[in-house]
Amino acid sequence: MTKRRDFLRVSAAGIAAASMSQLLRANALDQQPVELAAGARESAVLDALDGKVPLIKRSYRPPNYETPVEYFNEAFTPNSAFFVRYHLSTIPEVKEADWRLKVGGDAVQTPVEFNLADLKRGFEQVELAALCLCSGNRRGMFEPHVPGVEWGPGAMGNARWKGVRLRDVLNKAGVRKEALEVAFDGADSGVTDKTPDFVKSIPAWKALDENTLIAFEMNGEPLPHWNGFPARIVVPGWTGTYWTKHVTAVNALASPLKGFWMNPAYRIPKGKFPLVDRFTSQETDVNTPITEMVVNSLITNLAMGQRVRAGQSLEVRGIAWDGGYGVSRVDVSVDGGATWRAAEIGRDYGKFSWRQWGYRFVPERSGTVIVMARATNRVGATQTFELIHNPAGYHHNVVQRIPIDVVA
Amino acid sequence: MRSQLVPAMLALLAASAVAQESKIVLKDDPNRAVVLQSCLMCHSVDYIPLNSPFQDRKGWEATVNKMINVMGAPIKKDDVPAIVDYLNKHYGKS
Repeated sequence: MTKRRDFLRVSAAGIAAASMSQLLRANALDQQPVELAAGARESAVLDALDGKVPLIKRSYRPPNYETPVEYFNEAFTPNSAFFVRYHLSTIPEVKEADWRLKVGGDAVQTPVEFNLADLKRGFEQVELAALCLCSGNRRGMFEPHVPGVEWGPGAMGNARWKGVRLRDVLNKAGVRKEALEVAFDGADSGVTDKTPDFVKSIPAWKALDENTLIAFEMNGEPLPHWNGFPARIVVPGWTGTYWTKHVTAVNALASPLKGFWMNPAYRIPKGKFPLVDRFTSQETDVNTPITEMVVNSLITNLAMGQRVRAGQSLEVRGIAWDGGYGVSRVDVSVDGGATWRAAEIGRDYGKFSWRQWGYRFVPERSGTVIVMARATNRVGATQTFELIHNPAGYHHNVVQRIPIDVVA
Repeated sequence: MRSQLVPAMLALLAASAVAQESKIVLKDDPNRAVVLQSCLMCHSVDYIPLNSPFQDRKGWEATVNKMINVMGAPIKKDDVPAIVDYLNKHYGKS
C-alpha cells in the first residue's frame, strides 16, 4: 500500500525536477541501509521541499530531509539536493531587507548590528570548501537503536561556503580577553515559548579561527532558505550542530552557555573517541560537547546486491573526510576485509572538504563479493570496525560492508 | 511551455508539502486521538513510526516525559498513560 502511494508521489516530483529517472528515485528508498529500523525505512518517502529536488523525508515538521547517496558522486553537493535539518518547527522565511545580525554579549566592548550589505561591504570575503555533517548522521544504523531522527548516511553535504570571517565581525565589536565562548542564535524557534530555543556556542578560540565564517553563499549562490538564508555560521571541521542557520545573534560570553541544546543535548561520553579538539569550558566529569567530525568514508557508486559481470573491470568510488586534518589514505577491500589495497585519492579542495577516491579491480569469479573502504587521516585516526555506542547516536564511522553479486 | 509548466509544478509541490503531513496515518485505536492532540501541536507524527519498533514501554515513557519536561509540550499529566499505552502497543519493541 505505502509503496504504491510513494511511487505516485515520486512520479509527480519527477515531472518537476526532470533531472533523474523515476527508477533512480525509487531506488533511493530501496537503497536505504538495511540497518535502519523497520519503521524508519517504511516511513521514509521521497518528497521535495520548495526549491529542492526530492530528498528522503525523515520528518515533515520540523523538516528533516536526507540526501540520496547518488548525489555524493559529485565533489560538491548541489544546493537543491543538500540535506535539511531542523530541531524546531517555526521557521520564518527571512527577508534579506529585514534581516539584521546583532553582535554583542557580556564579553564584547561595544555591541554592533549589521545588515547583509554591511557585512558584504565591511569585511574581506572568503570562500572555502567544507563538509557540513549532522552529528547524528547514520544514527538510524546504531545497534541497539537510539531514539532521534533515524538518519541513514545522507545527512551531510560538501559545499563551497562564501562569507566573512566571524573573527573580523567580532573584532568590530571588540572582543574582551575574558571571552570564553561565542554563542549563536537563529531565527527559528519552537511552537511554544516553553520549548528551549536552539542556541549553540563554540569555544572562543574556535570562533576566532580564521576558517570560521558567517556565510551567505553556498556553491556560488545565496543560501537556500532550508540551508539558512540569508546567513549561517560555518564551523569547518566541526559537526553541523554549531552551523547555526538564519543566524540573527552572535554573543561573546565570559561564562559557559547553559541550556538544553548545550547540555544534556549534543554530548558524547568522554574518552571514547579519538578526537583532538576539546571544548573544555563545557566538559563535565563524564561527557563533553561533540566537536570535530571523526574520520569516515562512504562508498557512493555501489548498491547492496548490485549485479556486476565477472571478468569486467569495476570501479569502486567514494568519498572520505575528517575533522580538518586531512585524509591521508583510503584502503579498499574486495574480500570482506581479508586484504586491503590503497585507493587512488582525488583532488584536494582543502582540508575541510571531503575527498573523492576510487579503486578499480576485476572480480574474477561469480559469487558474492564484500566491498569495504576505510579512511585514515593525517593524525593517524581511522574508522572503526565496531560501533562506538553512545546514547545520542553520534559519530557513526563503522567501516561499511557492501555485498555485490558477481555473475558470469 | 515547459518553462511555465515547471514553476507551476513546483508551486503545486510546495503547497502539497504542507498537505503531505496530513497523509500520515497512525495505527487505528481509541487512544489515537489523544496522541494526535498531544503531539501535533509541535511536530509531525511521522516521528512515531520513524522511531519504531525499537523502544519499549520505558523508552516511550521517557520520550513522552522529555516532550513535557524538556520541550515544554502542554500535555495533560492524566493523558500520559494513554499516550504511552498507544505508543507501546503499536510502535513498541515487539
